[in-house]
Amino acid sequence: MTTTVTTPPPDGELPRLRLDKAPLLVLPILALLALPLIGSFPTWVTLTVAGLAMGMMIFIMASGLTLVFGLMDVLNFGHGAFVSVGAFTATLVLLPMQGWMQADSVLMNLTALGLAIALAMLVTGLLGWAFERIVVMPVYGQHLKQILITMGGMIVAEQMIHVVWGPDQIPLPLPASFRGALLIGDAAIEKYRLIAVAVGLMVFVSMFLVLNRTKIGLLIRAGVENGEMVEALGYRIRRLFVGVFVAGSALAGLGGVLWGLYKETLTAAMGSDIMVLVFIVIIIGGLGSVGGCFIGALLVALVANYTGFLAPKIALVSNILLMVAVLLWRPQGLYPVAKR
Amino acid sequence: MSEPLLQLTGVHTHIGQYHILQGVDLVVPRGELTVLLGRNGAGKTTALRTIMGLWHASRGALLFDGEDITRAATADIACAGIAYVPENMGIFSDLTVRENLVLAARDGGPDTARLEWIFGFFPALKKFWNQTAGTLSGGQKQMLAIARAIVEPRKLLLVDEPTKGLAPAIIQSLIAAFRELKAMETTILLVEQNFNFVRSLGDSVAVMDDGRIVHGGQMVDLAEDRELQQKLLGLSLDAHQ
Repeated sequence: MTTTVTTPPPDGELPRLRLDKAPLLVLPILALLALPLIGSFPTWVTLTVAGLAMGMMIFIMASGLTLVFGLMDVLNFGHGAFVSVGAFTATLVLLPMQGWMQADSVLMNLTALGLAIALAMLVTGLLGWAFERIVVMPVYGQHLKQILITMGGMIVAEQMIHVVWGPDQIPLPLPASFRGALLIGDAAIEKYRLIAVAVGLMVFVSMFLVLNRTKIGLLIRAGVENGEMVEALGYRIRRLFVGVFVAGSALAGLGGVLWGLYKETLTAAMGSDIMVLVFIVIIIGGLGSVGGCFIGALLVALVANYTGFLAPKIALVSNILLMVAVLLWRPQGLYPVAKR
Repeated sequence: MSEPLLQLTGVHTHIGQYHILQGVDLVVPRGELTVLLGRNGAGKTTALRTIMGLWHASRGALLFDGEDITRAATADIACAGIAYVPENMGIFSDLTVRENLVLAARDGGPDTARLEWIFGFFPALKKFWNQTAGTLSGGQKQMLAIARAIVEPRKLLLVDEPTKGLAPAIIQSLIAAFRELKAMETTILLVEQNFNFVRSLGDSVAVMDDGRIVHGGQMVDLAEDRELQQKLLGLSLDAHQ
């Protein structure tokens, strides 16, 4: 997304910089259009909150991937491996701490969950570092090889999960405090979805602040636009890329924990299954754009929830149709990133 | 002639299957403005990119301030004291003028006195300080690109065709800026096709053709010798006069 102007230029010299609001307006317009079709206000509220929660989780998983693509032009089809590994790693904490998870204490629930998330992000961050060095680095600038080798990397990771955790699904119940729903009027809103929305917003705000208020963020934004010029200014873009790759992998791990708790069941393929949605999100958001990724994730999730309720038969293709519609409107995505 | 700050010896550069630089020998004296002239496709931009490490020389040697930078990484070359203004200006369109300059100032933020000095010949940058660079005019973008290169003192500036597509008024601002930089004994290697722009600015000159340096000497000699200009620069010179 663009930056705001603090000192307006004199009239007639330069166009006033304005935030492109059209993609932002799509979300409320979509929600308002869905309301009369759904018919029931409480159902609409429930579906909308569910969509926002799902969107936030997809955003957390997709945000790192879009930066990796924008910064180094790397198509990482293995990103889903970090989602799965993150979720399974969390079980190393959550299953032994079942007592804490099922206790009627918010503090104990949060402690167990916090430890699980910290471990999952640490492991997926380290895995991301190794993945970048071993799998991605040899194929810089070669898109076809990137697709093949990163998909291969994801298959290897899935098989390793089978080796370590076995081939069966692993149930992952929600912490006791996060189960159930809040009743607001006649609308039932699941507590966990509200937590997912809160975590997603925190991640988005943190990323926004880092990208816009720090020199590292400036370098990332500049690198997404013209990495060669960042090098020519004296900064090692490769180190920056490794940092972004590790952070993106850790965020995918966080997304995996949240997604696993949302589904309450873990499978080794959960990461690869969600990657279709993740790719749709980063394409319609504009490759390399974190703001576009955020709006795109919410849009994809709201459409999935509304169509799932209104027309289940077309729910499976609803996101493809959404992507076609967005790309017909904006071929470079909702917030295209300027490239050299 | 002053001692050389930059010296290229027998430099060859290949881009894919193309052999672009075919044994370039070039000396850039310290504290002087050296002009690199030549027609389109002569290899001028490739020479600058090879110096900057954006393309590596396949043969030959590049010495900068006594150090061998032939195989050095671009970031290390920049940190050694070379600033680069590419032909496409390379400004970050999504960043503001301020953010572009903050990034260019590696040693903390931009120095206030230095900024005021820059604003002296590029006042538009002060006016549009918080404006996204992508919304600036072509001339203002070029000013920003040059400001970014001089926001901190550097030993050598590499500038690739700064007048390309600019209005005469903007070119006058650039001439003033380069005169000021010359007065401060900043070493500059300037690639240009606009001979009128550089004839009064340059101390020394080199002319490239087909990936080689075909002439080297003092600018004053070339500026006064129309026969030599015709021979070396041909019709491209007439087009600019």
